[in-house]
Amino acid sequence: MDPINSALRRVPAWVLYPLGALPVIWLFWAGIRGDLGVDPVKAIEHRLGLWGLWLLIATLAITPLQRHAGLRLVRFRRAIGLLGFYYIAAHLAVWLVLDVQIPAQIWGDILKRPYITIGMVAFVLMIPLALTSNNWALRRLGGERWRRLHRLTYLVVPLGAVHFVMVVKGWQVEPFYYLAAILGLLALRLRPGRLLRSRSAART
Amino acid sequence: RAGLAAKPSQYSTVEEPTSYEAVTSYNNFYEFGTGKEDPARNAHMLTTDGWQVQIDGLVDKPGTWTMDDVLAGTTLEERIYRFRCVEAWSMVVPWVGFELADMLNRVGVQPSAKYVAFETALRPEEMPGVRTRVIDWPYVEGLRLDEAMNPLTILATGLYDEPMPNQNGAPIRLVVPWKYGFKSIKSIVRITLTDSEPPTSWNKSQPREYGFYSNVNPEVSHPRWSQASEREVGGGLLARRKPTLMFNGYGQEVASLYDGMDLAKYY
Repeated sequence: MDPINSALRRVPAWVLYPLGALPVIWLFWAGIRGDLGVDPVKAIEHRLGLWGLWLLIATLAITPLQRHAGLRLVRFRRAIGLLGFYYIAAHLAVWLVLDVQIPAQIWGDILKRPYITIGMVAFVLMIPLALTSNNWALRRLGGERWRRLHRLTYLVVPLGAVHFVMVVKGWQVEPFYYLAAILGLLALRLRPGRLLRSRSAART
Repeated sequence: RAGLAAKPSQYSTVEEPTSYEAVTSYNNFYEFGTGKEDPARNAHMLTTDGWQVQIDGLVDKPGTWTMDDVLAGTTLEERIYRFRCVEAWSMVVPWVGFELADMLNRVGVQPSAKYVAFETALRPEEMPGVRTRVIDWPYVEGLRLDEAMNPLTILATGLYDEPMPNQNGAPIRLVVPWKYGFKSIKSIVRITLTDSEPPTSWNKSQPREYGFYSNVNPEVSHPRWSQASEREVGGGLLARRKPTLMFNGYGQEVASLYDGMDLAKYY
């Protein structure tokens, strides 16, 4: 892992922001050009949501990767998390502006439809996390309070996956894979002691 | 293009049909995958040669029909219908087919029959989607007999004056234009006349969300989204939603079928 870690140390975290913007620009450009099929609104909406979920899952994977594989990616976590937030914000904006379109209906949808309620709750809970993802806020809050606040991630990300499970028709496997991966990543950090003990017990 | 030389019909809408590309590339046919593009990508695996339709139940002449038997003696008509998916998108499709009533009259419906049940082919080796149990296979649907006998209800064997593309339900599918699209069952292998309401796939899967009737109704929302408006497929990135019409605009022909019924209860 050491050669990878020392190579990664030379990569500045800020490059992730322009890199992360490229897929979104490509997505809208492809939609305008007609490359996303005959329903570009849904294609853009779904892909932004899916990619946002991927990024949020990636933020949850960073600590277990460091603890269990020795891969040090924690320098990139803020950028990945913020990009995840931007993707989800864009997903929400496309839903509001291009899909539902009717403002009067939007409130009804948020209140009446559980999958939208859950998606909105997850988004609202992400706002304080995005606002405090900077050095100034970290200093103001102090490490302990900042960490406690950012444990909201453990709630936000599974809610996002539940939103995905609920929105599809029938029992589709893809959203369950994400939900299982998230719960696995959370389990790795919530009970590291017990997991390690049972693993060494299995070995003997 | 083959050219089925279908006759025009008084039941056709004057609205502009959705493009052939959109109609044949944006499909829900979960036997070939749950993505909208999956059927166009995978349905070529379906062999429609030698297709047979079994007709049984409460009929005078049960039997197994080849497609030649089905088409013998029918006159194909072009029916340009609005098509409204339960997912709140819509199209206008120039179907080619004949009235289901013609077929039912040929087999002789017995007086005790009250419903018509339909079943889609189930071929795991040709249908990658059925390897996952997204819903219970095979796909089944049903209509009340009076709905089945309505002149708007057709069995379609083509669209855009061409034989039916596999992803649209080749070689023969149902089209019931005043109901949500999933009622219009594809690639039919069996038609059964029954005296009780037959099970229907989406109703079995999520009874709270999908009823037996599933008439297009802007006033009764799906539990997860409103049905008051729809997005026309093919309209591009900035297409405006348009209001959904009661019975998808076919109220004049079909509203009387539901006189006295509470359509919020029988959704």
